Amino acid sequence: MAQTETGIRKKLNAALQPEWLQIENESDRHSGPPGRESHFKITLVSEGFAGLLPVKRHQKIYALLADELAGPVHALALHLYTPQEWLARGEQRPDSPNCKGGGK
Amino acid sequence: MSNTLDTIKEQISSNPVLLYMKGTPQMPQCGFSAQAVQALMSCGQKFAFVNILEHPDIRAELPKFANWPTFPQLWLKGELVGGCDIILDLQQQGELQAMVQDAAGSQA
Repeated sequence: MAQTETGIRKKLNAALQPEWLQIENESDRHSGPPGRESHFKITLVSEGFAGLLPVKRHQKIYALLADELAGPVHALALHLYTPQEWLARGEQRPDSPNCKGGGK
Repeated sequence: MSNTLDTIKEQISSNPVLLYMKGTPQMPQCGFSAQAVQALMSCGQKFAFVNILEHPDIRAELPKFANWPTFPQLWLKGELVGGCDIILDLQQQGELQAMVQDAAGSQA
């Protein structure tokens, strides 16, 4: 159960020592059979993002999770902040949209 | 395959505001593409788009070229800006419009 999620958590913790890490499985909001691990929302707060443009932060995560993305994971919603930015946002991440059924 | 890569490079270099998406701006086929298109349209500039559902070769090749695995992807002046999350963040921070305007203006 939730094997992919556990693997993601392990890799992110090891590489980025996050101050805050939340992984939400949003797969049920997209088309496919139940119990999938295809869509995740990751909210991660780490000092390691300081001085990096958003695109670089995302690419860092994509590189770390390349195996998962080549396998069961279809999409990641990423919300990546430094501790300062996270505090300034009131420790809130935005919501994700629901799937419109395309792309399968 | 190199043909597809040439097509991508040509699209990116000749369209200063370019969105790779699932579906069309009128009929997005994915919630993330829909949000990205909405944010982009709110900038009031013309933009080009490629529906990757109709171009499986681009869908397969672009992620490797861009070091970005998913769609949508917004490209401004030949550079990847990011996907849906980044586009919406930029919009919220009030930076998106200026960036898109700047890119659109560079066309001439």
